[in-house]
Amino acid sequence: MGVGMKKPDEILAEARGALEQAQDAQAVEDVRIRYLGKKGELTALLRSMGEIAPEERKAFGQAVNTAKDALETLLQERKEAFASAGRSAQLAAERIDVTEPSRTVPAGARHMITQTIDEIAGIFMSMGYSVTEGPEVETVFFNFDALNAAPDHPSRDMSDTFYISDDILLRTQTSPVQVRTLLAQAPPVKVISPGRCFRTDTPDATHSPMFHQVEGLLVDEGVTMGDLKGTLDAFAKRMFGADVKTKFRPHFFPFTEPSAEVDVSCFLCGGEDPSCRVCHGSGWIEILGCGMVHPNVLKVADIDTERYTGFAFGVGVERTAMLKHGIDDIRLFYENDVRFIGQFY
Amino acid sequence: MKVPVSWMEEYVSGRFSQEDVAERMVMSGSNIEAQERFGTNVTGVVIGKVLEVWPHPDSDHLVVCRVDVTRGAERTAHGAIDELVAAEAAAATRGERGEREVLQIVTGAPNVSAGDFVPVAVHGAALPGGVTIKKGKLRGEVSEGMICSAQELGFDDKVVPMHCKDGIWTLPKEFRADKYIGTDALDALGLRFASVIDFEITPNRPDCLSIYGMAREYAAVYDRPLEPIEVLAREDASLAGAGQTAEDFVKVQIAKPELCPRYIARVATDVVIEDSPWWMQQRLMLAGMRPINNIVDITNYVMLELGHPIHAFDITEIAGGEILVDTAAAGEKFTTLDGTERTLDADTLLIKDGRRGVAIAGVMGGLNSEITDATTTILIEAACFTAAGIRRTSKKLGLRTEASSRYEKGVPAELAQTASDRVCQLIQLTGAGKVLPGAADCYPAPQAKTTIMARAGRINAVLGTGISADDMAALLRRLEMGVEVKGEQLLVTPPAVRIDLKEEIDLSEEVARLYGYDKLPASLHADSVSSGVSKSWFVRGILREVLTGAGLSEIATYSFVSPEGVALIGAQNDPKKTDFVRLLNPLGEENSVMRTTLLPNMLEVLARNFNRGNEEAFLFEIGNTFHATSNNELPSERLSLCAAWYLRGGGADFFLLKGVLEKAFARLGLGAPALVPTDDLPTWHPGRCAAVAEYGVIGELHPDVSARYGIEERVVAFELDFDALAEAAVTAREYSPLPKFPAAPRDIALIVDEDVTAGRLEAVIREKGGRTLESVALFDIYRGKQVPEGKKSLAFSLTFRAKDRTLTDEEVNKTQARIVKALESETGAALRDA
Repeated sequence: MGVGMKKPDEILAEARGALEQAQDAQAVEDVRIRYLGKKGELTALLRSMGEIAPEERKAFGQAVNTAKDALETLLQERKEAFASAGRSAQLAAERIDVTEPSRTVPAGARHMITQTIDEIAGIFMSMGYSVTEGPEVETVFFNFDALNAAPDHPSRDMSDTFYISDDILLRTQTSPVQVRTLLAQAPPVKVISPGRCFRTDTPDATHSPMFHQVEGLLVDEGVTMGDLKGTLDAFAKRMFGADVKTKFRPHFFPFTEPSAEVDVSCFLCGGEDPSCRVCHGSGWIEILGCGMVHPNVLKVADIDTERYTGFAFGVGVERTAMLKHGIDDIRLFYENDVRFIGQFY
Repeated sequence: MKVPVSWMEEYVSGRFSQEDVAERMVMSGSNIEAQERFGTNVTGVVIGKVLEVWPHPDSDHLVVCRVDVTRGAERTAHGAIDELVAAEAAAATRGERGEREVLQIVTGAPNVSAGDFVPVAVHGAALPGGVTIKKGKLRGEVSEGMICSAQELGFDDKVVPMHCKDGIWTLPKEFRADKYIGTDALDALGLRFASVIDFEITPNRPDCLSIYGMAREYAAVYDRPLEPIEVLAREDASLAGAGQTAEDFVKVQIAKPELCPRYIARVATDVVIEDSPWWMQQRLMLAGMRPINNIVDITNYVMLELGHPIHAFDITEIAGGEILVDTAAAGEKFTTLDGTERTLDADTLLIKDGRRGVAIAGVMGGLNSEITDATTTILIEAACFTAAGIRRTSKKLGLRTEASSRYEKGVPAELAQTASDRVCQLIQLTGAGKVLPGAADCYPAPQAKTTIMARAGRINAVLGTGISADDMAALLRRLEMGVEVKGEQLLVTPPAVRIDLKEEIDLSEEVARLYGYDKLPASLHADSVSSGVSKSWFVRGILREVLTGAGLSEIATYSFVSPEGVALIGAQNDPKKTDFVRLLNPLGEENSVMRTTLLPNMLEVLARNFNRGNEEAFLFEIGNTFHATSNNELPSERLSLCAAWYLRGGGADFFLLKGVLEKAFARLGLGAPALVPTDDLPTWHPGRCAAVAEYGVIGELHPDVSARYGIEERVVAFELDFDALAEAAVTAREYSPLPKFPAAPRDIALIVDEDVTAGRLEAVIREKGGRTLESVALFDIYRGKQVPEGKKSLAFSLTFRAKDRTLTDEEVNKTQARIVKALESETGAALRDA
């Protein structure tokens, strides 16, 4: 070993001292060059191996390598420390106020009526019903005659129904689509039909001369009133909540027999709140009319009434939406104030 | 149908809580509209006797009364009224308070007189509607309570007897006795908590428009026997020995049996017209009818009780005692008992005597033969008139009465006899007159009873139940039906009043509602039908998604509109927008035609939002338009898509809306919409409007049009034929491989005349670009320095790429040169040096 030559651990100690002094990444790099660069001190030691006595060579080599490894580790640590501090400083400088207003093109909202129809249709489609539609301007035949309405049924009066001529009117219900469908298609028939209906009501908070219904029809072999109950109970639970109960009350419609109105238990207060905005304390809310398709209706479409039975129902769309969303005036649907529509985004 | 519960319960044994009655009636099909209990919150109202009445010294219309409200115990200690008044007055002057309770009350009622018995609300009394009565002074005179009108106690104006309608309630004769003084008025009158249920009667159940009909339901629901109606038959033994019979007074002939299947006339003599007994008045009032006099009240009572209208004539006005049921002469004038002269037509059924009309059958009696205070002998008509005829006449005359509204729903001929005999029984019972034996009963073709054959198995198949034939029979018998069971067959004879029961399916409903809808087992029908939607429905969903995503909100507007709207948008000369379908009976001119375009409704909505101060409205609607076709066919209905936008500060921009349109077209697989500048449509700004291929128009509204709607902002809009779009839409997507070779981009800037459109340039570029031109995009438009006046510079970015190789510079240069050459020759464009 040459005279005056530093020992590896001395060099390491020196380098460690220099690293501790280093103020930035460049200083760290300078240390690396000074000790591990091509002309660095530790590199020089390795180059000087030839000058070492052969019997000391192994131990010397080990000592140098140990020092080199240690220094490399130290260098890496210091380098990362400086890099990390630099990134932190940059990130700090880039801080933004996340509570500032967003920048976006606000999305529009589908109309509440469309949303409600889609929700109702979605439930029945999942039960295998297809969507079909009929005309808003309808014949007296499809709207009344074919639906077993007595020739003198009061709903036929001009005081109830809008007429275009003696034989043509604005449909008062979506039920004419039942007959249109039965004429177009042999059983099994399993359809719903959403659409607009018209009655000569002067607009007020609960009446509108135009409104929407979703009609439903199932005609097949072996369809029973029990099936009607099961189907509408399933619908009510999905529409208003899994806990609601349904109540079927006898009622009258010319085109169904037996007929029923369906109440759903109050999904808001459960009948607990006497001032409930939905049920007014009764605990029940009427949601739809339904019944077993009258044989006279099936006969219009030449369907064998001994072989086939069916049920039909009609859901009021506005009423359903009003109940579900606490809307207290039906006219809001047709005023189309963006502040109303936007609430149902 | 208002039903006083105690009246209904007269025919059914057993008393049940009103809550239970309500619940079970509803669940068996008699829905309830309203329920009330009379006088629930009324206290402190006693019967008083008016002792004295004198004018209020300081008022023209007020009087001061002294009213005795002393309770029974104190009363008996005193003598005659005069002495009492004297003693009371003496005590008052001495400043003492007497034992008797005589109140001074000021009232404005015009009908109060000494000796009347009246309801008095004393100090602290509570009346309906939360009114509390306190002592006070009225124009300087002490008033220690209030003499009540019937209305103030809770009766509707329309049921209060005429003589006390506009004043205080002078109590009926039964209560004009000193023993009632000081007693609780509502208790004495039997009104305290009198329960009334208002049932909703469906059009198929005219039998339920009667107390007895509801009692039949009530009895069936509780499975109790229905008590028969008490009647006085024409051959009743108690009538023997009268000497005369009805037939001595009346002969009946029906000339139009198709309009009047049956007419029964009975006769009562020695009639004294007076008030009917309170029990009858009370029931009438609770059921919603005004008491008039004993004979009229009996006819109304029976109409309410049995649902059969009754008319009474003064027999001295029936010439020759002859009744002829026939149609009127066309143009015949007739004055009904409301004093109105009416002109009849040849289809009006008229009750005539030997020389003239005396009543419009089933609608209203004649003034010439009505019951007056002088009437002593009456003819009681119980007749069956057919529903269609009465409905027609009632409609034609614009005259709807309690009688006509019942006839037009159907009154069975069998019921006439019961009704007629019931009237006679009530006349005898109340002593209103002497009923003669016999009747003039004209019934040319007696109706056979309806018998319905029903199969228990079939009924079970409809209901999803397993009810035995015998159990079904038992349920039906509860409704007074005759039932014969033969194996699984039921032979059913409904009561005559159930005219709604005609066939098997009708009985399935009767079985179901008495069995209980709640007991029907709930199930789901098993089938293998799967769901689907039309392409139109599907495309509507897609468009709603695209448009709301682009910031538009959806609206819904009326299908019927004002014809003016088309003129407001300047399209009054467009035959496709004026082929109106008109309503015969619109709510008003503003809703009188079916819409031919969605734009006027859209602009109304925009204007409404604008007027309400909303910053922006960016809206769309998908809805039907209607176009008249040839006579008496359904109009053509086409779905239209309309969008429009205003933004305060003039921000509604054509190109943004065009972008929405492109997005929609792209989503429908229709490529970029071809816009053709259009300047001749009065609806639109001539310089900012384009036809969208064959689908419709996009543009900025003509400022005159937005001004007509009062929208003081630029409005951009489009309206497209949705049905055509839906039909053309390609919703399937096919994968194309991602490019394997690099693209070669090139930019070119062109100087062109102002009137050369970007679309024209792009079209030339695309045409000459050939298969290797992948895309073209306009990225800059420049006017100003370096560009001559009247010209503009447009810069396009072109991307070239081949599917199978890397394009060489040489190839691309060649194509680009071809494009530039064509642009120069076809559009006069000059390449601008970079």
